[in-house]
Amino acid sequence: MTVQDAGRRGMLRFGVSGAGPMDPDAMRMANALVGNPADAATLEFAFFGGAIRFGDDRMVAVCGAVRDLRIGGNPVAPWQSHLVRAGQEVTIGAMAEAVWGYVAIGGGIGTQPVLGARSTHLRTGIGGIEGRTLQAGDMLPLGGAEPMPMRKLGAPWRVRSGAIHVVPGPQDDRFGATAVTVFLRGPFTVTQKRDRMAMVLDGPRIHAEMGHDIVSDGTLPGSIQVPGSGQPLVLLSDRQTTGGYPKIATIASVDLPRLAQMVSSRPFRFTAISQSRAEDMLIAHRDSFSRALAEVETAR
Amino acid sequence: MTHPSTSTAPRILPAGDAALVVEFGDEISVELHDRVIALDQAVQTEGVLGVTETVPTYRSLLVLYDPGVIRGAVLAETLAIMAQKAGGRMQGSRLWHVPVLYGHDAGLDLDEMAKMKGMTTQALIALHGSVDYRVYMIGFAPGFTYLGGLPETLHTPRLTTPRQLTSAGGIAIGGAQACIGALPSPSGWRFLGRTPLRSFDPAREEVFAFRPGDMIRFHPVTENEATALDARSAKGEICADYEVAG
Repeated sequence: MTVQDAGRRGMLRFGVSGAGPMDPDAMRMANALVGNPADAATLEFAFFGGAIRFGDDRMVAVCGAVRDLRIGGNPVAPWQSHLVRAGQEVTIGAMAEAVWGYVAIGGGIGTQPVLGARSTHLRTGIGGIEGRTLQAGDMLPLGGAEPMPMRKLGAPWRVRSGAIHVVPGPQDDRFGATAVTVFLRGPFTVTQKRDRMAMVLDGPRIHAEMGHDIVSDGTLPGSIQVPGSGQPLVLLSDRQTTGGYPKIATIASVDLPRLAQMVSSRPFRFTAISQSRAEDMLIAHRDSFSRALAEVETAR
Repeated sequence: MTHPSTSTAPRILPAGDAALVVEFGDEISVELHDRVIALDQAVQTEGVLGVTETVPTYRSLLVLYDPGVIRGAVLAETLAIMAQKAGGRMQGSRLWHVPVLYGHDAGLDLDEMAKMKGMTTQALIALHGSVDYRVYMIGFAPGFTYLGGLPETLHTPRLTTPRQLTSAGGIAIGGAQACIGALPSPSGWRFLGRTPLRSFDPAREEVFAFRPGDMIRFHPVTENEATALDARSAKGEICADYEVAG
């Protein structure tokens, strides 16, 4: 479990990757449910939550496909906020058919910002608590919060299904037409080699005709690098900011969280779209997410 | 020798739905890098509505944008015009005089390298400090500074087995490249020493010392001098001087 907010901006040119949530929508929704600004610092966990004891009364929302969520031993629903009393414990079990979950607490996590953000970047050791994964016994400072009613979603949380959209490039021309065809035919699965930096994919091997070394250049969340092994590597928020492997495609912003959330056994395919189409999808997605935020309502 | 590739228009490539790569060529050269930096400076100083961040590297500029503000197709046209206007004129490059404690704990490969090259350790140090290096790129990790201009005699393949953890501020060689490390990290580069200067310090007002396009000149310091410089670094000082070139 790590502290994550919206992440750092403007320092890629100095080698500082953005960090930030693997599933930004889930993080922002969790914040909205407890009355925080959308980009307030939350707790992000992978596969399994843990237990959090509260020192004062707080609104709490857990967003993610958790199987078992309890407050003071009583089962409660994710995707809505609950009032947790001082001394009570929130216990978060395993994820069902998903990877990343978020705990938002009214007032937000109040750890010291580093380089403009509270997000933890494990590799650099900055942000959150001493730049590391949270340990049992850690005390987390919280921001101030006003009393507010419990909230829930206006409509069920839906995630699209189907192929993962990619925009070919920037170095697809180094691979040749055959390799691109093989890449788009797939199918792939996400291997167990996955963390906040990158995910290694398993599937057909992809061979770059012009070789697997390029003069290093900038990387993005969603860049699909292919090293000499032929196994594609999807870069994520904590990635190295530059890389020397050719990038066959970049995952569309709307589908990157969906791929990050994909469990390791499930096969999927990529489908190629133009940059302009991917922009359209992103703009439409922002609109529908804004509506979902606006539809958050008081729970009875 | 002429460089035909430096006068041609850059290729502008899509990188997803929120970034473009402006690629000036395929190799590591001063001419291509001048054009990268010139375009980067133009974008930074003139500002382009919707551009959120740029990442200058050896031969290309990564330009991040918000598609809700500007579309990639429009931005590509703007960047093509800006690249043509900017040409290869880089401004305000700084020449840094960087102190190095050669050998000792951090310079694990210094003596071995000297032996490989059939020269004395002193001669190798002198050769390493005899040229001005260009900061091509800062990447991999915060403040990790990639340098070009390494004398050919010093080109050395990386270690076959990378080390698990190397010293902070590592001064190293990897193939034809040189570097100034910032944080301790795993590395297969060959380490000559370390600098007390911190190229990255999140607690310092000026967090990063170097910028792509800067020049670097190394000079040796003694262990006592390094200790004194370490103390200055710990207080938040960037313990090196620079001069600004035209």
